[in-house]
Amino acid sequence: MKKIISFVLLVIIFIGIYFAVSQIPYGKDKMSVSKHYLNNGVKENGASNIVTSVVLNYRGFDTLGELTILFIGAIGLGVVLFGFETKGKDIKSPSLILNAGSTFLFPFILLFGIYIFIHGHLSPGGGFQGGAVIASGFLISYLGYPKKRISEKGIHIVESLGGTLFILIGLLGLLLGGYFLSNILPKGTVNTLVSGGIIPLLYVLIGIKVGAELAGIIYKLME
Amino acid sequence: MIFITLLIIIMLIGAIVSCILKDLLSAVIVGGAVSLIAAILFYYLQAPDVAMAEASIGAALTTAIFVFAINKTKRLEENEENN
Repeated sequence: MKKIISFVLLVIIFIGIYFAVSQIPYGKDKMSVSKHYLNNGVKENGASNIVTSVVLNYRGFDTLGELTILFIGAIGLGVVLFGFETKGKDIKSPSLILNAGSTFLFPFILLFGIYIFIHGHLSPGGGFQGGAVIASGFLISYLGYPKKRISEKGIHIVESLGGTLFILIGLLGLLLGGYFLSNILPKGTVNTLVSGGIIPLLYVLIGIKVGAELAGIIYKLME
Repeated sequence: MIFITLLIIIMLIGAIVSCILKDLLSAVIVGGAVSLIAAILFYYLQAPDVAMAEASIGAALTTAIFVFAINKTKRLEENEENN
């Protein structure tokens, strides 16, 4: 009886979702906002990657929200794991291959992450992606040297600095440009490294903050 | 087109297998593979930004964090009827 009821419910839900979704015209652009972004985004912001100019300029406030969510997640993990003290219990030293490989790869991964977030306004990628790549670099260095620690205080200082400077730039935009995170710096020529006003600056800050935060999460979990 | 269809089929099989498997470590590895295929599909759908985020966060960091969590707890899922 239960199974029949749940089956009937599933069918009803399926029919409901089918009729709701079948009304949506896929592949047709009905929104004029997206057209405006696609047509005028490069002109208005000077960033050749339109995704970046949407994420950091038109929807910069939402990005601040994402950063806050990540920050709260890191704090929550710290609160949950606060009581555990298992430092240096039974850490096996890794094999020579992992050891040497992590030493060799770590600077290159770091460089790649920095490249991704510095070129965020020119090529695909940006602060979040670059930060995640940097954190995976820290992960591999941890796997190679489990006993070595980076200072937790340093991580906190770096991530707080990133967040604070982001908000300060936003407030500066409010002061000079009239709205939060307005593009106050000169746009420059499109497709060069120094272009897009405040966008590269913000992406560097986001990359540093996300990288420090995710690396901190990994280090906290490994202990 | 055939390549994309093949990828989607592998991804679906992987997702179902990772739900069925009793060994949690294998399930996490299969989940990471599903994430990786999702990243490739995002790239084919001309969303390289999302593909990069999915590959670095979904495939690398999430898998690592799950492996750490399994390392702290038990690897095999316990059968409830035996307890």
